[in-house]
Amino acid sequence: MRRFEELFFKTLMILATFIILGSLMMILFAVLKRGLPAMNLDMITKIPSGGFYIGKEGGLLNAIAGSLFIVIGATVLGLLISIPIVIYINIYLPPKSFLANITRLSSDVLFGIPSIVYGAFGFTLMVYLGIRASLFGGILAVTLLITPILIRSMDEVAKLIPKDLKDAALSLGATRYEIIKVILKQISPGITTAILLSVGRAIGDAASVLFTAGYTDSIPTSLSQPAATLPLAIFFQLSSPIPEVQDRAYAAALILTVIVLVLSLTARYYSRKFSKNKI
Amino acid sequence: MSLSLVIPEKNMRYPSEDINESTILTIVNNERKKVVPSSSTILNPLISVRNLNVFIQKNHILKNVNLDLPNKAITCIIGPSGCGKTTLLKTFNRLLENSSEIKITGEVLVDGENIHDRNIDVTHIRKKMGLLSQRPCPLPMSIYDNIAYGPKIHGIRNKRKLDVIVKKYLSAAGLWEEVKDRLNAPANRLSIGQQQRLCLARGLAVEPQVILGDEATSSLDPISSKTIEELFVHLKEDYSIALVTHTLRQAQRIADHIVFMYLGEVVESGPAAEVFNNPKEKLTREYLSGYFS
Repeated sequence: MRRFEELFFKTLMILATFIILGSLMMILFAVLKRGLPAMNLDMITKIPSGGFYIGKEGGLLNAIAGSLFIVIGATVLGLLISIPIVIYINIYLPPKSFLANITRLSSDVLFGIPSIVYGAFGFTLMVYLGIRASLFGGILAVTLLITPILIRSMDEVAKLIPKDLKDAALSLGATRYEIIKVILKQISPGITTAILLSVGRAIGDAASVLFTAGYTDSIPTSLSQPAATLPLAIFFQLSSPIPEVQDRAYAAALILTVIVLVLSLTARYYSRKFSKNKI
Repeated sequence: MSLSLVIPEKNMRYPSEDINESTILTIVNNERKKVVPSSSTILNPLISVRNLNVFIQKNHILKNVNLDLPNKAITCIIGPSGCGKTTLLKTFNRLLENSSEIKITGEVLVDGENIHDRNIDVTHIRKKMGLLSQRPCPLPMSIYDNIAYGPKIHGIRNKRKLDVIVKKYLSAAGLWEEVKDRLNAPANRLSIGQQQRLCLARGLAVEPQVILGDEATSSLDPISSKTIEELFVHLKEDYSIALVTHTLRQAQRIADHIVFMYLGEVVESGPAAEVFNNPKEKLTREYLSGYFS
């Protein structure tokens, strides 16, 4: 009986693993099957041109550049907001502080809000401020979207910092401001994970940039110009009735996947190298 | 008050058995000769505690503690778990205040300064006391930076000066020879015993007057513990050392002065030889003989 139990649950676990791996493989297969034929150098080096409303000539450089600008801008802005919050609730506030718990609860709630709501909220905000759909608007909306992720994933690591470590630095006569450096070093793996998670979410999200960043065929040259993004490129091209354009959507999906993969691998490589040398 | 100088032949090993409490006691031994004043008459105490009460969330943790800790000597604070030893230690360098719902009344004078005085900067108090915690806790940086961290935050930027400091205190902690070739290696790669000595060196590098040890050897292997103990004995020439310890044997080996606490009160304090050989209180006697622990 106990052996049967063991076998039964082990099978369930293996099955679950295969479902996940299988769906990933199937998605990759679909993307590769339809995207690869449409893939060529033009796709990543040129902006769209000519024909079929959103174009079957040229490439998607506008969307690639737009997505990268938005993700980089939003991540930097998000870190500027979230790191001080994490430091404040973990170092300055006492362990069971009401304010800290409220902050955690609100970022949990914000975490679960669908991205279209952020898009709509960002849009309302922009209308109020008199900003039109632009790169800046997109960055703002995506920042709102990823800040809770950044806060929560860094906070989870920061909560694990042993009290002894803080006490050790404090007992050397450091002020709380001076121990921030120590704390940041201690949570640096958490910061890397947080950035990876939020970049993944930010670059793949279509709804938050739909109203806020707009869509354009050209590469934005200033914050006030509209910007195209890869998820929206997929969305618009996939809704076209023309198969050639649909295939270009799959190519866009392929580019998106590759970008995420490259970013993850680089981040992992550098965080490992960093932790080997410094920590 | 009688002042008796006791050097009887037959009482060589337990000279204090028949001495009353206010006696100035002279122990003459084959190896050592020292004059230990009794608890009520410590000359120039470095830390004086007056009517100290500490409440944590309405729990009365320390009850009316009065103490004098001698300068340049090892004081061991002993007592069963939960009697407030660590709380007392953390009151000394004001680390306790970082926990929530703390109320402290009474005075703690360190070197004549009331540490809870509003005009005193808390970092000034902490700089005076190196803390060695139960488990070694190296900062997440290199061996070199661990030692240099303290001096740096207190304003020493000169690389050459820092080099000298790092070498000096790593040597003081008996670690220099072991790590001099890998000063830039991460500190957490050291063995646990080495880490504890690193933490000691790090504490010494800010030039404190007092070393506080919170069961500083309890997570170490016997050989590392012995090294640390020997370091303490060596360091007491320049520093005052206050150790919380669970091991009576350790207290017997290295203490000059003993503070016995029970349920938040100081039951007895006095020179080690006196307390160990002739405890005045019944509770102390029972604790020392292992009735409870």
